[in-house]
Amino acid sequence: MAKLNRRQMLKGLGLAACSAAAHPWLTTVTLAGTDGGAPLGDHRLIVVILRGAMDGLDVVRPVGEAAYAGYRPTLLARRGSALGDFWELHPALAGLMPLWDREELGFVHATSTPYRDKRSHFDGQDLLEAGTGLDVPVAAVRDGWMNRMLQAVPGLQVQTAFALGAEAMPLLRGQAPFLTWAPDQSLPISGQGQALLQAIYHDDPLFAQAADEAILLSRQMNPDAADGMMAKPGGKPGTGVKDVAVLADYAAGHLRQDTRIAAFSLSGWDSHRSQAEGIQVPLTRLQGLILGLRDRLGPEVWGKTLLLAMTEFGRTVRENGSKGTDHGTAGAMVLAGGALRGRKVYGAWPGLDETALYAGRDLMPTSDVRAWAGWAMRGLYGLDAGLIQRTIFPGLDLGADPGILA
Amino acid sequence: MTLGPDLVARRFGYGLPLPAGAPVTASAMLQALDGPDRMRAAWPLPLMADHLPMLQATATLRKTQKDKARDDDRFKQALTELDHLVMLSLRSTLARALDAPDGFRERLVAFWANHFCTRAKDRLTVYLPALLIEEAIRPHLTGPFADMLIAATTHPAMVLYLDQNVSFGPDSPQGSRKRRGLNENLAREVMELHSLGVGAAYTQADVRQMAELLTGLTFDLTTGETFDPRRAEPGSETVLGQSYDGKGLQPIQAVLRDLAVRPETATHIATKLARHFVADDPPPDLVAALAQAWQHSDGQLGTVYHALLTHPSAALAPPAKVRWPLDYMVTGLRALGMTGADVIDMADGPFRRRIRRTLTGMGMPWLLPAGPNGFPDTGEDWINPPYLAARIAWAMRAPTDMGLRIADPMAVLERALGASASAELRTAVARAETRSEAVGLILASTEMNRR
Repeated sequence: MAKLNRRQMLKGLGLAACSAAAHPWLTTVTLAGTDGGAPLGDHRLIVVILRGAMDGLDVVRPVGEAAYAGYRPTLLARRGSALGDFWELHPALAGLMPLWDREELGFVHATSTPYRDKRSHFDGQDLLEAGTGLDVPVAAVRDGWMNRMLQAVPGLQVQTAFALGAEAMPLLRGQAPFLTWAPDQSLPISGQGQALLQAIYHDDPLFAQAADEAILLSRQMNPDAADGMMAKPGGKPGTGVKDVAVLADYAAGHLRQDTRIAAFSLSGWDSHRSQAEGIQVPLTRLQGLILGLRDRLGPEVWGKTLLLAMTEFGRTVRENGSKGTDHGTAGAMVLAGGALRGRKVYGAWPGLDETALYAGRDLMPTSDVRAWAGWAMRGLYGLDAGLIQRTIFPGLDLGADPGILA
Repeated sequence: MTLGPDLVARRFGYGLPLPAGAPVTASAMLQALDGPDRMRAAWPLPLMADHLPMLQATATLRKTQKDKARDDDRFKQALTELDHLVMLSLRSTLARALDAPDGFRERLVAFWANHFCTRAKDRLTVYLPALLIEEAIRPHLTGPFADMLIAATTHPAMVLYLDQNVSFGPDSPQGSRKRRGLNENLAREVMELHSLGVGAAYTQADVRQMAELLTGLTFDLTTGETFDPRRAEPGSETVLGQSYDGKGLQPIQAVLRDLAVRPETATHIATKLARHFVADDPPPDLVAALAQAWQHSDGQLGTVYHALLTHPSAALAPPAKVRWPLDYMVTGLRALGMTGADVIDMADGPFRRRIRRTLTGMGMPWLLPAGPNGFPDTGEDWINPPYLAARIAWAMRAPTDMGLRIADPMAVLERALGASASAELRTAVARAETRSEAVGLILASTEMNRR
């Protein structure tokens, strides 16, 4: 198993940086060729965590269900596009319909993590990103499922992942190195100052590692301003509609080269009130992200890409008292990419009759979110089912192959 | 028990130098805390009573003119004024921390402000989160936790942030007439985040009952009204086996009083306090001691702080906590000799660029937490490449940005760190090519970042 420590990885990056002048962006976030292989092959996996609990029932609407409209008196004022006979897509995602028609867009419905009953965003997200079942207390899990995958695959070049944006991304946290950077951050420091800084951080691994990466990444982002005093500590990426274009651009720039996996999050889904208006922005951003990635990746790479957008849990079946929805249980997952067998809403549909609901209020989960991610990794990278069920998602039962890949 | 100036400054304050006469023992610090809030008097902020007329007028303008309000000069002027108020709240927060005798009061305010964090949802209410800190946190810093919990839960900033203003008792007159119903948001977060903690044994039914209990609480920007009995759910509710009944705020205060003294609440907040002041993984005996002090005193916060300041780990734990961005920035400004007046007098443009935006780059945008769980509190959350880059960038430019001509960087090092400066740092400062980079290295050092 090729296992590099972070310092070695950064040294390698430094070498790559020597030729960075020709490339405005990072030439390689990945260390290419250290073990001669390409263990992840050609496929690209993009994981998007939709923070705040997306209302799956509003995004992929079960309009063929008799009871549905009654639960949602104000949320169906604007109608969307039909997805076959039973489903309807939220109108804010209408721009994705061409992808649906080309089988590059699909969904999973009535899916959830094993998380139940407390309906806390923060616990729900932790569990989603830790990828464990409830048998392991989340607080005890220090690494995320994707990081466990990077560590577990024999011959894998462990540095083939990066996290976008500055916010913490527990999905990737763990021993396998990954890189974090905010596209708009740079670092003003002279060569001498840099060496002295590294000397004073030397005995503090947390600071030493972060500073090494910061220095290197800022150089590569701005090769012309290596000694300049230009820093743009701007806002958190991913808060506005325009930021999504930057994210898509940045991610696609890497995925077109050696990067195989990217993960980041889109927030803003916690629609407790006036959901009809409130959900427009996050949906517009999600649509912008997907279309932006497709355009910037180009047909060939897009054809090998699978995007999985998952959320911590769904929302209540009934609208609440303020034209919104409260925290629920099962929800929907968004799938996109040329590697997908799309034009399909996956998952067993539990129905919305009073007796079919979870705890009388939520959509009943009929599948585990982790199983879909597991089958994606198995299909894209040929990972062993046992590895997925034991190491990456301990305690998961993968079940039968749902056949989500083209 | 004597803590000594270094520990008081580092662990419980904003670094050295301490002003002459600053309290350096646990009992003197607690005594100061019980005394008058001098920093609030020195750098005051407008309160709700001062703010409300302007808020009402602007909200009324928006309500009557709808989209046209945007072009109204009065509306534009109000927005400018509101932004200045937000800036003033940051200026005052920094000024109080810079001038405070021992800093403990300001550090406690910051801790509780994060525990009860709120975020404005529209442009008119941007000053309300600062008001919650000023009116619900500061006055209740040492008293019973119940008082703070009640003040924060019922404060307009919280009511708006967690959607309580759109929650109606389904069987209340307004609820049945308008066919509107409950919103669980505040009820859930009060139990999950502000009191019991997510691990506690409450159920969805308790959350529902709590939501019914909270109905009536609201905030109307145009009238200033904070309670509307016409939307309060009639009848009694049962939370954690206890039944609550009555009119107005009384049952709401009663349930919050009970939540405040529950053992789960004691443990939840004892853990957060110990994590914030002592260690990312707090010593279990410290957490137990704080929780015990909480339970024995029915949540008297002064008693809990006493247990914190006198516990052996307060003196013995290594200074390994990473300072929060605001805390880090104050420590740096103190090291440079800046005072409260310097920050208050800074021109708007530079203040925006060099202070407010820098905090955002470090991951702590002022009054803008990502969620009601507040900013995180372990080193790994704050020291990643982009956030650390923002700290380093600020450190390197601070002397120039603050308009200071530093004659002797070594003097800065001695004053700010003294004996705690490492040999490596001393060497590095001596070898820096410019004075400003030498000072930058001091400010960027781990000794300044950790406490």
